[in-house]
Amino acid sequence: MIEPAVRVETRRQPMPPRERLEPIFQVEALDAIYGAKPAIKGVSMDIYKNLVTAIIGPSGCGKSTYIRCFNRMNDLIPSFRQTGTIRYHGQDICASNIDPVAVRRNIGMVFQRPNPFPKSIYDNVAWGCRVLGMKDDLDERVERALTQAALWDEVKDRLKASGLSLSGGQQQRLCIARAIAVEPDVVLMDEPASALDPIATQAIEQLMLDLKSEYTFVIVTHNMQQAARVADMTAFFSISRGDEGERFGELIEYDATAKIFTAPSDRRTEDYVTGRFG
Amino acid sequence: MSAHGLSGPRVRLDRLPRRRRVNTSMEALAWLAAAIGVGILGVMVWSIASKGWSALNLDLLTKPPIPFSLTNAPQGLSNAFAGTLVIVALATAMALPVGILVAVYLNEFAPPSIRSSVGLVIDVLAGVPAIVVGIFVFVLLVVGSGQSAIKGAFALAILMLPFVARTTMEVLALVPNSLREASLGLGVAHWRTTLSIVLPRAAGGIVTGTVLAVARVAGETAPLLFTSSIAGTQTSWNPTHALQTIPVAIFELSESPDPKDHARAWAAGFILLLFILLASLTARWLSARRTRI
Repeated sequence: MIEPAVRVETRRQPMPPRERLEPIFQVEALDAIYGAKPAIKGVSMDIYKNLVTAIIGPSGCGKSTYIRCFNRMNDLIPSFRQTGTIRYHGQDICASNIDPVAVRRNIGMVFQRPNPFPKSIYDNVAWGCRVLGMKDDLDERVERALTQAALWDEVKDRLKASGLSLSGGQQQRLCIARAIAVEPDVVLMDEPASALDPIATQAIEQLMLDLKSEYTFVIVTHNMQQAARVADMTAFFSISRGDEGERFGELIEYDATAKIFTAPSDRRTEDYVTGRFG
Repeated sequence: MSAHGLSGPRVRLDRLPRRRRVNTSMEALAWLAAAIGVGILGVMVWSIASKGWSALNLDLLTKPPIPFSLTNAPQGLSNAFAGTLVIVALATAMALPVGILVAVYLNEFAPPSIRSSVGLVIDVLAGVPAIVVGIFVFVLLVVGSGQSAIKGAFALAILMLPFVARTTMEVLALVPNSLREASLGLGVAHWRTTLSIVLPRAAGGIVTGTVLAVARVAGETAPLLFTSSIAGTQTSWNPTHALQTIPVAIFELSESPDPKDHARAWAAGFILLLFILLASLTARWLSARRTRI
């Protein structure tokens, strides 16, 4: 019997049985390579609709690289290559006839550092809608997104102020509002709370729990407590060594969060979640 | 034990006096170098202004020159000021869009191999001497059909282009990638991201670079000697004719035997200098205003 370093809280609703879950992403034998250096190798897993899926693991295990594969954000890096498939609702998102813009339109992203546009709070949220042709009831759309991101009450009196005038936690919630205002299907979050204080972190976690009936969340986090608090499913990545000593990230274990934190089946997961490593 | 140092049980300060001496002398040298730089500019401005003082009046800007004038009728260089305005404006209109588009392509769309090779070509172009550009445009456009302000502007545009492209590339590189990712992550197309997010953010720097490029080519003489120097003395704004320009006027007046012509050349030089100073100040002001936002 292991002693979990993280107490798994039970405020989440019980997860539906696995056979009733609908996979939204099906990842098969995914390798991601920068130049000649592999970042992750051989990842296969299903990500389920309307759940929060956490990706945890030590620094350098390829968590961020992995999550950026889901909306083809790595396309921007010239030396990046990828093999294997990621299917979204059954379609290969890297197929030659798929426009990455369409992928990102469906699969939104919140980044590690808050990156509001140098525009007003209102325009930060409204700009995406406007550019993407969602011009009807813009005011209402902006209000709804800001309310969902738990920011409306703090900014409703100064929507014309610059988005950059907000605090770090507010900026990150503004970025979340911006991402959900254009109504994506999935929201990817790459360590969204790593630069935030505990109160802002809590607001963002609550928001994921509140919104997961509408969206599917995939969150990369360094913080195991955070994974335990918000995630239904947790994937543990670790760094492995290849035959020639090269380091790459690998999926070690993927299961219900409670299982990962209380009864992991792999020794390496157990070491990580009990704090003996990482 | 040093006279100035606070000695502790571990720290010996016997080299401290020497370090202080070195510090003082280096400071003095740096001060001297700065004074020389400022001094040269000061002497030059004063000498140009004092030599041109007699001709430095409103007539210089508003009245055309009178060739072979034997009277004391007031005359100026209005033709040259008009010509410089027309030619520099045309050159900017030609070089600015192309330079910005080159920079946008290289920085936002081109693969790294093309970026570095085309970047090298731009650097080479920036190093081509003005007189070579002048003779190139002369052979290409002027021979057989004569000079015109448009051809002069074209030569100046060739000189401006690498300058505008390089400075634009530099400011585009300063736009944080996180902003591009934020826009692309929403599912906004690449061109729209560039147009609506990246370029507005870089606008201040692009304006600064353009103003400096304008200041630089406003004083170019060599290319204009080939392309727009056989001009009338009437003030004209017609770019299809050769127009007199300030640098060419200075060059021609300096060869005149009449000391009044020399004074007018100095005065025109002083105004050119003022223009460059003003342009630099505007550029600074624009970039300072940009960074405040």
